[in-house]
Amino acid sequence: MSATVTDARVPVAAPGEDAPAPGPRRPLPGRRLLVPLLLLVTAGVYLAVRTSAPADGDGAAARFFGELRDWVDANRDTSPLFLYGFNYLRLGVSLLVDAIHGALYGLGWAGLVTAAGALAAVVAGWRTALLAVAGFLSFGVLGLWEESVDTLVLTLSAVLLAVLIGVPLGVLAARVPAVGAALRPVLDVMQIMPTFAYLAPMTLLFLIGSPAATIATLIYAIPPAIRITALGIGEVPAATVEAATALGSTRWQLLGKVRLPLARPTIVLAVNQAIMMALSMVVVTALIDAPGLGQTIVQALERVNVGAAFDAGLAIVVMAVVLDRITTRAAHRAAPTVHRSVRVRAVGPLVALAVVVAVTVLGRMSSWGAEFPAAWRASFAVPVNEATRWVEFHWYDATEALKNAVSAVLLDPIETVLTTTPWWLFLVAVLIFGALASGPRAAVVAGLAVAGVQALGLWQHAMQTLATVLVATVATMVFGVLFGVLGARHDRFARVLRPVLDAAQTMPSFVYLLPAVALFGASRFTAIVAAVIYAVPPVVRLVERGVRDVPATVVEAAVSAGSTPRQLLWKVQLPMARRGLLLAANQGIVMVLAMVVVGGLVGAGALGYDVVAGFAQREDFGRGLAAGFAIVLLGVLLDRLTQGAGRRADHDRLRQPAT
Amino acid sequence: MPPTIAVDRLWKVFGPKAGKVVGTPLADLSRAELRARTGCLAAVRDVSFQVEPGEVFVVMGLSGSGKSTLVRCLTRLIEPTSGEVHIDGEPVRAMSPKRLRELRRHGVAMVFQHFGLLPHRQVVDNIAYGLEIQGVGKAERHRRAAEVLSLVGLDGHEHQYPDQLSGGMQQRVGLARALATDPAVLLFDEPFSALDPLIRRDMQAEVRRLHAEVGKTLVFITHDLAEALTLGDRIAVMRDGRLVQVGTPEELVGAPADDYVADFVREVPRADVLTLRWITRPARPDEVLADQPLPAGTVIRDTIERVLRAPHPIPVVDGDERLGVVDREQLLPALIGHRPPVPA
Repeated sequence: MSATVTDARVPVAAPGEDAPAPGPRRPLPGRRLLVPLLLLVTAGVYLAVRTSAPADGDGAAARFFGELRDWVDANRDTSPLFLYGFNYLRLGVSLLVDAIHGALYGLGWAGLVTAAGALAAVVAGWRTALLAVAGFLSFGVLGLWEESVDTLVLTLSAVLLAVLIGVPLGVLAARVPAVGAALRPVLDVMQIMPTFAYLAPMTLLFLIGSPAATIATLIYAIPPAIRITALGIGEVPAATVEAATALGSTRWQLLGKVRLPLARPTIVLAVNQAIMMALSMVVVTALIDAPGLGQTIVQALERVNVGAAFDAGLAIVVMAVVLDRITTRAAHRAAPTVHRSVRVRAVGPLVALAVVVAVTVLGRMSSWGAEFPAAWRASFAVPVNEATRWVEFHWYDATEALKNAVSAVLLDPIETVLTTTPWWLFLVAVLIFGALASGPRAAVVAGLAVAGVQALGLWQHAMQTLATVLVATVATMVFGVLFGVLGARHDRFARVLRPVLDAAQTMPSFVYLLPAVALFGASRFTAIVAAVIYAVPPVVRLVERGVRDVPATVVEAAVSAGSTPRQLLWKVQLPMARRGLLLAANQGIVMVLAMVVVGGLVGAGALGYDVVAGFAQREDFGRGLAAGFAIVLLGVLLDRLTQGAGRRADHDRLRQPAT
Repeated sequence: MPPTIAVDRLWKVFGPKAGKVVGTPLADLSRAELRARTGCLAAVRDVSFQVEPGEVFVVMGLSGSGKSTLVRCLTRLIEPTSGEVHIDGEPVRAMSPKRLRELRRHGVAMVFQHFGLLPHRQVVDNIAYGLEIQGVGKAERHRRAAEVLSLVGLDGHEHQYPDQLSGGMQQRVGLARALATDPAVLLFDEPFSALDPLIRRDMQAEVRRLHAEVGKTLVFITHDLAEALTLGDRIAVMRDGRLVQVGTPEELVGAPADDYVADFVREVPRADVLTLRWITRPARPDEVLADQPLPAGTVIRDTIERVLRAPHPIPVVDGDERLGVVDREQLLPALIGHRPPVPA
């Protein structure tokens, strides 16, 4: 990208040239004027044709989905599609969930804590084992033992399925070009789908409860499992494969003895990513009646009881950290450069197993093993609620002023413009500016998404959601670029930042609602704050990497030419980090959308609220489902418009054969 | 006895219409022209040669000359476009996948420039890999691995991992892995190019020693002329996918086929490579000759002292036949000059 820009500018910079003569490489002379001109025209057309905002009624799409649900409910036990298809799927998944449920509860609390520690000790080392034991104990201490285990059951079921399906698919995607090419667009769409969008179709096909939640989670968690596995298999050095081929290995021997072992650390990372995604989704599935910590949080959020939500949020964070540390350490250990003695490898698991069995048997035989000791309980609910009240009492003016200022200056004007724009004008604008920014193909896809939203009959809500997303994205980028640049320029700042970012990225999205609700109560603005907190860490990371990736030789040359630090930043580092910035914007906007929609739970309204209401009230189901699709379409729209160069580079890395 | 390897009019063309080049006028184009016209790269072009049992056959050329592609075509690690390869009389291109695997497992083993060791396996299991995939039991393959391990001088390193070894030791593991299946033919693809010069010399000595001890047929790819001259019974020089010349080291140095080869061998100390055969002249009728003749196959350097001290020209014989004589006048150009002499 930057190469073509430089090329195009070379003739302009050539000395001794007065008037730029037309040449094949020169950009059109009017190109610079084109964008402002188009903006002016668009604004003029808008002023001429803007309409007052009519509220979304129950559109044809919502009615259709409502009828669809009625049909499904009537035929669930007779239609062959359900009788021999979805119902068996549901049954199979529910058997798996029951089996894991039975196993985890069968261990008893002492057995499960020991098992977590033993597993961590075997795959990740004793430090991680201590962390795991402490973490699992904390579930009981917080008084959330059963909720935590339920969440763990769903997470493990979904991850097990995601790995069983995703790893072979990833291998296929890396080895069979046709499969890789077919999967790529599917995975793209799956990855930009906000968590909320999965839920309604799941209830339609699989009713509510654990099986539907597991399948929704599976769908959410499987893309990274496939992608990262494919990446790992693709990165196996060709020289090693060739050497094994020259010795006469069959294809299966190559896979089993060379490719899979060499890709093992990457595959463990794929499992890690699948677990983190699954955990984040499992909490959201509380909305379709899945048991676990999500239930606690949803109920607490509905009552704006921050304290009660805090305990559950803490338990989720602890679970995320424990599972993340175990799998990350396991990935490190799986690296071929880590050599452990054969004896430890053989005896370790046996000892661990013996300890788990012993503790489980002891726990089941004694009375204290039946239930987590009540004497160890502790809760943060009361102090947190007191702190929240204190904040409300003392900071109310400040937070309220901030909320109102943002609403009045940014949110309301943008929302007004968007909601009063006729949908066809919006479509034309998307096509034109999309083509300029991301190319004609992306513009057409984005345009189709716009038309789809209109067809779903949720135009007004979609535009309100879009306004919220835009404001949150701007804020995200401001903070993200600021911290990212600071992190790239000051090593000490980066050292402080890194663990914070690590922690932030392991937390499931739901948790981010808590501080936002604590500060700003239930409102549209709360969703924005949560979205910004949620999306800033990855943006910071991408910006920092982009700036740091600027070659040291270029920076050195610029410094030796006498650049000030400011000139270095603005003239060298930021322009050269453009791809990183574009990628960050793309990532940020997709994450913001996901969170803004979840904000429907805390008063953000619009599409998110439609989805939540669809779960709560039967008559709103059709509208909720339509809203889910509208969210997906919004995601596609935003993703296509911002895809720029960054995403493409990522894909190429997957496709590239290892050299 | 058939040649161990016989390569006959072998072609390898990479690119979109690779199959439509050989046998058409396109095949006569130069490499660059072909690339410009069709986008195809002719890596190996119409190559034929034979390797005799027990011979060390070196293929030498600069990078991009097609030598690595050529060696990979021998066991179809790269599928040839046309032509034929026979190994021990059996046509390789006609082999079923199963038969081909048999060939790779038992007949022909390869040593690679970048080793290609499995980082997650200990040295002993790397060496035993070839036996493992044949289904040889663990005890037997470890016994065999230990044998070849000491053959390449790596005793005591069995349980280390590849990344704990130096480059030279890693390549010894690669060599041991190739030897473990006891193949009749060993292919070396620039095996020592990634190593330091001193270690490279050790490894070359190692290969000579192994060749003397185990008597295999070796095909050795290199871009290093010194290496080629040290190791090769015969050397094939490749350029732009074609064989320019195939001959013994002294044929290459003594009678380069064209300017390209001549350029290659210009820096070679001729007296070290050429034998007396290349510098004899006919004896004049009335000439007084030394009593003790010299065999024609003696390398020039080894005769310098005697020729310089001898008062008379020394007769050069091939068995009982006298080829001519040699004296100081004949010796000097070989020691100092680059003028191509003509064989007697």
